[in-house]
Amino acid sequence: MRYAMVIDTLKCVGCSDCVVACQTENDVPVGYCRDWITETVDGSYPNVVLELKSERCNHCENAPCVRCCPTGASHIIDGGIVLVTPNECIGCGACIESCPYDARYSHPEGGYVDKCTFCNHRLEKGQLPACVSVCPTNCMYFGDLDNPNSKVSRLLKNRKYKTLAPEAGTKPQVYYLI
Amino acid sequence: MQEEIFVSGRDIPNIDPSLEIWHWPIGLYLFLGGLAAGIILFASIVVILNKEDEYPTTVKYASIIPPIALVIGLIALIYDLKNPLYSWQLYTTIRIESPMSWGAWVLLIVTPLSFLWVFSYFSELFPTWDLKFEWLKKFEQFVKKNRKNMAYLLVPLSIILGVYTGILLSAFNARPLWNNAILGPLFLTSGLSTGAAAIILLAKTAQERHLFGKVDLALIIIELGLIIHMLMGMYAGSEVQLEAMRLLVGGEFTVLFFGFVVILGLIIPGILEALEIKGYKVPVAIPALLVLIGGLIFRFVMVEAGQITRYLY
Repeated sequence: MRYAMVIDTLKCVGCSDCVVACQTENDVPVGYCRDWITETVDGSYPNVVLELKSERCNHCENAPCVRCCPTGASHIIDGGIVLVTPNECIGCGACIESCPYDARYSHPEGGYVDKCTFCNHRLEKGQLPACVSVCPTNCMYFGDLDNPNSKVSRLLKNRKYKTLAPEAGTKPQVYYLI
Repeated sequence: MQEEIFVSGRDIPNIDPSLEIWHWPIGLYLFLGGLAAGIILFASIVVILNKEDEYPTTVKYASIIPPIALVIGLIALIYDLKNPLYSWQLYTTIRIESPMSWGAWVLLIVTPLSFLWVFSYFSELFPTWDLKFEWLKKFEQFVKKNRKNMAYLLVPLSIILGVYTGILLSAFNARPLWNNAILGPLFLTSGLSTGAAAIILLAKTAQERHLFGKVDLALIIIELGLIIHMLMGMYAGSEVQLEAMRLLVGGEFTVLFFGFVVILGLIIPGILEALEIKGYKVPVAIPALLVLIGGLIFRFVMVEAGQITRYLY
């Protein structure tokens, strides 16, 4: 089992529905978020390309946050999901510094570090992550890369894709179709 | 040209400031850790070489600084934790891959040893104080007898402590300014240099002052070399490293870095110490204090500037 998220940047309209769905589903403290939208304008007029995409924790295979955690609170579970155990986290911030995607934040009340969990609690019930399930343009896909017939495997086989900051050597598991 | 706009999430004021998670206590701790490591190393070497009588300040009076510095540093560290009540979790596991984990373990050993070191000189430091209890007196004799063993143990431990303050930062590949292998040796050298400066500040005899003046001068020259190495490495690096270098060279930290760290904290005290060794009358407190303040500002600059740098994607 190797969970991955595939996001079609050609279909994303940047509506932020995924952000709101995540905040609602995961009870994210006000003013914080576990996923966000970026809008990238590339080139100069008249050759301008606009790219919208939803970003979050990349659940890296070679996760620097797990490596640098002094207590083992950051860990990888079956399926490659990177999680934080709140009552093992001392809030030292090493993982926040180590993340090339700045996907982590310190929970303002709990003091522990919080981030996207790929909605692990929903996956256990056989549901899709909240952000994927609400996307109005169906630009987000979620599935198992070890299964060659899953939607995500077939998309990555047939379409051009990229990952974010691959030069950081983290082997991210969120793929962007381009 | 690439322009990136965060539509939601990152333009929320609560998000970006919370990414800058390390504040002034971390810089202060890195400075105090290096200072303590420097003094402990010098004191241990003096004891191992049987030169205690020639350099009493190093082994006795300056050695009062490390336990105090380490305790203040640890308080600063815990103050900057967001979940301090769980800090005991550090000692439920040893994680070789995490510099912070083995740093925590080294501190757990070095801090009590630094207290024992001072205790082994108790009757010499405070001759009028009576230890009152028979077992305390026996314990003092025991520590005194084992001082050399402690010194042998403290030489590697203090070097690890000094290097660790740099490795702690350089282990993060997401922060290009920190992510260079030279930061460990650089922080160790700077820590030893501040340690020597503290000894110069307290030294009573010219012999001790001159020896550590020479040591400090050598360390300052090495440190300048390492800083040049660091900048050259970044200059020859990828775009993210160039961006990091620009913060120090021509960017917002230039005045602090070159003005206060390189010129006021290294070059000027280096010249003054060289003059004082040559026999000119220089009040030694000036170069010593400049080195100490420069070392402190260096840590603040590195911690603050490093957190601004990031991968571009």
